[in-house]
Amino acid sequence: MNENLREQLLLLPEYFQGHLALTLIALTLGIAISIPLGIWATQSPALKRPLLITVSIIQTVPSIAILALVVALLGGQIGLLPAIVALVLYCMLPIVRNTVTGLETIAPDVLEAARGIGMSPRQILTRVRLPLALPVIIAGIRTAAVWTVGLATLSTLVGATSFGNYIFTGLQTRNLVAVTVGSVAAAVMAVALDSIIGGIQWLTENRSQEASSQQFKRARLAVLFGIVAGFSLAAYSLLPKPSADFVIGGKPFTEQYILAGLLAAELQNAGFSVDQRLGLGTDILYEATANGSVDAYVEYSGTIWSNRMRETENPGKEVVLEAAANFLEENDGMVSIGPLGFQNLYTLAMRRDRAEELGIETIDDLLPVARTLIAAGDLEFFGRLEWISLRDTYNIDFAEKLTFSPTLMYAAIDERQVDLIAGYTTDGRIAAYDLKTIEDSRNAILPYDSMLLSSATAAQNPEFMSTLSALVNKISDNAMREANRLVDVDGRSVSDAVAYLQSIIRP
Amino acid sequence: MIELQNVQKSFDGGMSYAVAEISFKVERGELLGLIGESGSGKTTTLKMINRLEEPNQGQILVNGRNVQDRNPEQLRRNIGYIFQGIGLFPHYSVAQNVAAVPTLLGWDPDRILSRCRDTLELVGLDYADYAERRPDQLSGGQQQRIGVARALAAEPEIMLMDEPFGALDPITRAELQEEFKRIQKNLDLTVIMVTHDMTEALLMADRIAVMKDGEVLQIGTPSELLNNPTHEYVKKLVEMPRRRAEHLERLMHSS
Ligand SMILES: Nc1ncnc2c1ncn2[C@@H]1O[C@H](COP(=O)(O)OP(=O)(O)OP(=O)(O)O)[C@@H](O)[C@H]1O
Ligand SMILES: [Mg+2]
Repeated sequence: MNENLREQLLLLPEYFQGHLALTLIALTLGIAISIPLGIWATQSPALKRPLLITVSIIQTVPSIAILALVVALLGGQIGLLPAIVALVLYCMLPIVRNTVTGLETIAPDVLEAARGIGMSPRQILTRVRLPLALPVIIAGIRTAAVWTVGLATLSTLVGATSFGNYIFTGLQTRNLVAVTVGSVAAAVMAVALDSIIGGIQWLTENRSQEASSQQFKRARLAVLFGIVAGFSLAAYSLLPKPSADFVIGGKPFTEQYILAGLLAAELQNAGFSVDQRLGLGTDILYEATANGSVDAYVEYSGTIWSNRMRETENPGKEVVLEAAANFLEENDGMVSIGPLGFQNLYTLAMRRDRAEELGIETIDDLLPVARTLIAAGDLEFFGRLEWISLRDTYNIDFAEKLTFSPTLMYAAIDERQVDLIAGYTTDGRIAAYDLKTIEDSRNAILPYDSMLLSSATAAQNPEFMSTLSALVNKISDNAMREANRLVDVDGRSVSDAVAYLQSIIRP
Repeated sequence: MIELQNVQKSFDGGMSYAVAEISFKVERGELLGLIGESGSGKTTTLKMINRLEEPNQGQILVNGRNVQDRNPEQLRRNIGYIFQGIGLFPHYSVAQNVAAVPTLLGWDPDRILSRCRDTLELVGLDYADYAERRPDQLSGGQQQRIGVARALAAEPEIMLMDEPFGALDPITRAELQEEFKRIQKNLDLTVIMVTHDMTEALLMADRIAVMKDGEVLQIGTPSELLNNPTHEYVKKLVEMPRRRAEHLERLMHSS
């Protein structure tokens, strides 16, 4: 079997359990909340419209935004809890709506008969309206179940394990096998869950007259088995596992997957057990480390300087690095272990032969010829502060400024359609296309030095600190670029890139 | 015994009256036929008796007690009601439908079961054949008979029947009419039966009340109505069965 596929399938049990637990807990809570709400709404007309409007509005908020809002509301907490809260909010609409519709579309002559023979309102609800509405309610639950399985993949973004781990990691590291395994697994789970709930529906509809038939008994057995198996698996995955000594976090791009892998490998070598929470948003990751849900990750000084400290000046690499380290220690109780050595920032780059032909080393060298050159940037570069600062500091401009998607941009410079591009210093494609980065000697571009951060609690462990401190200033721009290239350009696995970095750190 | 005293009902705050100040009394063991054109207020009158509707004015007494003083659910469980729309519970089997009121009254299961058998036999349906069926597996006429059985199941003293035999073929209908009349006499039931069929009313009722536009035009025994109709409308109503009867008479003697 294909090595990559084998590696992915090894992850399946963990991701499957995580996904199943998320889905079943969210769906169970969703049902437990939505059906009573639906019933309540049909009893009090004043409540009905506001309720239906509210659940519809929740539905229109993009799911990623709901996740982010829930994390913020829970004070930056990541993991199972925010994922479940968001999923519950999301699965309410079809259940509430179908409960209301089901209860309201019961034939009036049946309701009149129920009242007329002397049933109390409560008996009418439990003996007539709910049983008759059940098929419609279950149809709503089926819709909710399929949605929940799909949306649970997004839980990865807030640090809850799901099939989304396959999808997000795969998308970022160009691992199509991982994306496929994750998508197929989610689809299979959705179909299975839908069939089980469909089975329940069939059983409730056929309960009275077929209770004795062979087919009915088999179906009941199958559905019962499905339910018991699903819930016990979900429960099993929630059993307190021997919790890892440390949790490593990472953002959703290749470099971060590699660095998280490196930190984890180094700690494991030192004898610690480690969990990884990958693909987290920058703010989520920062908060999670501040509150101790994550123990270590790699941040960039410029990100803290501009996003957190809201500074707009550029006092240079050293000042930013030190200010960022002080800020996160004083404000959020984190510890900066030190810089890793490389920077991840925008840089101008040219084909090596072209740079030599024009004799260009620094941006100052570009100035005499700049107005004859064609420059290319990614979709946002020419709108960013980096470009404005570059333009104003050097008083530089180009003959043409084109924007491309990154892939096309590298192809364009390779084919000499443009003279220079704005790329990232650590982008593997700079190495792959043998481009020369042009030095920003006047420090116009805000520095983004990689910094190794740890949570306050983890920092109290001397062995943890000494293990990670050994990485400080050990990874050069070139080394990081090469590691990224292995994954992004050569299609190698993240663990190969980690091994490569380890070979650089300890030659 | 059922007594209505100056009962009025308006659904539109007094602009029009579905039932406009009617009074009548049905003695214990009596069967009152309630007849009138569509929209004349027959169903509304029945519903006020078991408090499915509340009158705007007037009093209704059942067995001498004002229905306003009674718990509506208790009241309804003690009155058999056959609904114009039948209204069987589609998710219940025939047996569960028939057992509905005894179950509400908390009878013990054995008694419910034997009563179910008896009532189904009473309306001419074989228990073994029908008990486990669902209403949607029955013909319209069979559903109507289950409706009758459900109303009879809890052995009520009072029955309100809204077009109970409408969906039946003529022979079954005649059989069931006679059967019911027999049951009613045996059990001494007090009954109000709404019908559109004057022949049915003439043959089954002890007295007949004719309604029009929410008012009772005339109330009297079948022969009183036949021989002394006080309104043009009542005269027209009894004309048709009388002419048919005379016609049949002639046919029988001519052979
Ligand atoms: N719930 C209601 N709301 C408003 N108007 C009503 C309601 N129920 C009955 N009515 C009106 O009251 C009047 C009497 O209705 P009712 O049902 O008593 O007639 P009926 O004699 O039973 O007619 P049918 O023979 O067609 O069953 C009608 O004009 C009807 O439209
Ligand atoms: Mg009617």
